[in-house]
Amino acid sequence: MSLRTSRTARAGQYAALLCYLVFLAFPFLWLISTAFKPARELGSLHPTWIPEDPTLDNFRQAFDEQPLLRAAANSLTAALCAALIAVVIATPMAYVMARHRGRLSTAATGWVVVSQAFPFVLVIIPLFLVLKHLHLINSLWGLILVYVVWSLPFALWMLAGYVRAVPPELEEAAAVDGAGRVRILVSVTAPLLAPGIVATALFAFITAWNEFFFALVLLKAPEKQTLPVVLTHFLGAEGVADLGPLAAAAFLATLPSLVLFAVIQKRITGGLTAGAVKS
Amino acid sequence: MRRRLLPAPVTAAVAALALLLAGCSGGDGRGTDADGVIRLSFQSLAWQKESVDANKRLVREWNAAHPDIQVDYVQGSWDNVHDQLLTSFEGGEAPDIIHDASDDLADFAYGGYLADLRTLLPDRLAEDIPQQSWSTTTFGDGVYGVPFLQEPKVLIANKKILESSGVRIPTPDKPWSWPEFRQITGKLTKKGTYGVAWPLKEPVSVTLNLGLSSGGQLFHRGADGKVTIRFDEGDRVMPGTVQDQVVSDRSAARPSLGMGGSDTLPGFFGGKYAMVPLGFSYRQQVVEQAPEGFEWTVLPAPAGSGGLAQGVSPQTLSVAEDSPHKKEAVRFIDFLLRPANMVRLAKGDWMLPTGTEALADPALHATENGWATGTALARALRPAPAQSVRGYPEWKDKVATPALQEYYSGAIDTEELKKRLVEDGNRVLARYQR
Repeated sequence: MSLRTSRTARAGQYAALLCYLVFLAFPFLWLISTAFKPARELGSLHPTWIPEDPTLDNFRQAFDEQPLLRAAANSLTAALCAALIAVVIATPMAYVMARHRGRLSTAATGWVVVSQAFPFVLVIIPLFLVLKHLHLINSLWGLILVYVVWSLPFALWMLAGYVRAVPPELEEAAAVDGAGRVRILVSVTAPLLAPGIVATALFAFITAWNEFFFALVLLKAPEKQTLPVVLTHFLGAEGVADLGPLAAAAFLATLPSLVLFAVIQKRITGGLTAGAVKS
Repeated sequence: MRRRLLPAPVTAAVAALALLLAGCSGGDGRGTDADGVIRLSFQSLAWQKESVDANKRLVREWNAAHPDIQVDYVQGSWDNVHDQLLTSFEGGEAPDIIHDASDDLADFAYGGYLADLRTLLPDRLAEDIPQQSWSTTTFGDGVYGVPFLQEPKVLIANKKILESSGVRIPTPDKPWSWPEFRQITGKLTKKGTYGVAWPLKEPVSVTLNLGLSSGGQLFHRGADGKVTIRFDEGDRVMPGTVQDQVVSDRSAARPSLGMGGSDTLPGFFGGKYAMVPLGFSYRQQVVEQAPEGFEWTVLPAPAGSGGLAQGVSPQTLSVAEDSPHKKEAVRFIDFLLRPANMVRLAKGDWMLPTGTEALADPALHATENGWATGTALARALRPAPAQSVRGYPEWKDKVATPALQEYYSGAIDTEELKKRLVEDGNRVLARYQR
């Protein structure tokens, strides 16, 4: 391939990437734009990307009408706890699933796949009754328990893949050097799994952070409600919405996920590529 | 010796969980504090600021005046309210007082989740609300909700375009007929401006509700109580007019057929559409979003052989069957719906109260923002057709929505529409009425 062809191909690749990025970013950028527009610009026939008369009124109104900070704190508590607990439980289970292949392991994988197929509405009533008996309705701990159970199968599946990417020879070499089972897991396997654990935790966090239906049904008290539930208070019947404050609140709701991604992006990238190439 | 299946700590944990499950099932949850104060929960779906404020203020007023019966305000949302309530009912954790819409009540009423209010309602409230409104919450022999707010469809019109065209301006006393409406939208259609934009993303309820004005009914209950679908002359008028406007006259904007009500507002403000048929409460969005100097007016929807009649599904207040304090819950509803309070709620939601006395309040007869036009339509409002017909949701989703969407866009003709609505529709209903 000539240098010129190579440059053309590279330019084409970048152009395609740019188009894809624009496509991906469009809803978020439009959300930001809407959040800063006054009501009259929201009803304009010729909407603009940059608000002509930017305002913070939507943010003021959103905070004035709904307890967004309290709801964000609830969401953060639920999502962080769910992510942490899911990872703590899933890591040793994933290790066993990946390293000890057998009927049980195959059955567990099957369960993981099947459990992802249940729609929320199918399980919500039995779940509600169980949590009611445990006095966990209207409790963030009840919601956290649900989130852990809900994200556990996929976390398990995801982590098992990372474990398989860690060469067993490394563990065998450590064993030859005299390390015990626990020492091998803590000193050899766990550090190599770190990117996978971070990626899995992030998945569990985002799943819980965005979840709406369980939170809607399980939390009644206003002071316990999470951010996705509070966001729906800007919606009326038949899809009518208080668009400005809704956009402002939704923009704020996306920030924690974005910040988290930005902070641990390197680790995730490392985790996703780990084991891709046989060493 | 038998092998132990589980280690001791696991066995202990399982046993503890089982005990917890068994022991916790007897919680009273009867809504009375230790000091004897009755606690009621009121789940409101109010969402606009004025409406939420009005509801919360009324709860505060009640609590201040009734130290022995305290009401907790719980904010619900229209999104997913049906699933949320269903789960709460099944789990025995439903709010005592439930805000919803009449077309969502049938399943709950027939399922035994809602209290029959007939013997609980005070005469004042029962007599204040007209019979046609009560019929929206009557299922079988029982009354399962108090209808308190409703909204008709009106035409929100660009005043300048309308007045400069010289067409007759309709009033509730002298509304446009459907043929006249078609003629006028033709006159209002100029380069860059359509006479009307029909937001028909959800075409079924609009078609059924406005169809009543020309005597259309579609659903007919026989002497045996079974419902069948017929497509008579009266049923053709409203959909036929819309199809003519879109396909033949091109006086209705075709792209608006796929829009929701709010989606049409930018085009309306930009002078692209002279009129938009919208719910009465959309006036609030118009007030908030219309550009400076934009002049608009509210007109009654066209009338036919049925006059200004149109179907509505009012907002309702119900009491959970499981509530241990039904009488107190109804007392609170009675307080909330006193005429002066009903006016406050109606103004907060930009809707019409169902109560006769509230409807007479001068504040709701102001010409500003079209209140007077809407109030004048109140007497013509009827229960939305089919809201208590079992199988209606399936008919709506599987048969009527696609058929009407194709019809309005001109893809099928009236005979094909009739065939689908009636033949396919009756097959669906038959399954629910065996």
